[in-house]
Amino acid sequence: MDAMIIFKIAGIGLMVSILNIVLKKCGRDEEAFFVSLAGTIIVFLWLAQYISQFFDVIKTLFMF
Amino acid sequence: MEIVQIMSIGIIATILSLTVGKQNSTWSFYIRLATSLIIMFFIISQLAGVLSIASHLGERASINTPYLNIIFKIIGISYVSEFGGQLCSDAGESAIASKIEFAGKVMILATSAPVILALMDLITNMLT
Repeated sequence: MDAMIIFKIAGIGLMVSILNIVLKKCGRDEEAFFVSLAGTIIVFLWLAQYISQFFDVIKTLFMF
Repeated sequence: MEIVQIMSIGIIATILSLTVGKQNSTWSFYIRLATSLIIMFFIISQLAGVLSIASHLGERASINTPYLNIIFKIIGISYVSEFGGQLCSDAGESAIASKIEFAGKVMILATSAPVILALMDLITNMLT
């Protein structure tokens, strides 16, 4: 477990926010939505691995 | 000195979550989720030792291992449901959070049903 994922998520979040602002100022609302959707999917794929790892550990530890 | 690591991770994550969350509150939820998972992994690595001590003590006191396993399961269910409930209530979804905690309570009751039945058997044996 490394804490690097927090920084990764924060970086992607900041980038998505900035791109959102820029694209909305340019009048490209659809692209802004797609950018935020892509960021959400990337982060969720990372987090899903962590969550499944967490559930595996819980299952072995508490003998489910 | 893992507590120092946990404290620094928590503070850094709080700062990041406050910074990112100003623009978009979904991202602060993701940071919160990742942070709680990492801290939970720290806790679990310590908890394994505590649980093995508990199971050793239970074997020495010759408690039935199924009953001990039920206790461990109940502890796990309560940790997981508390974890999910707190995350949801922090994100502002207190209805989902209370549902998760209610589900945890029901699961605990369902898991502990054999113990309750055994207790009832014991009481009826004593009475007759």
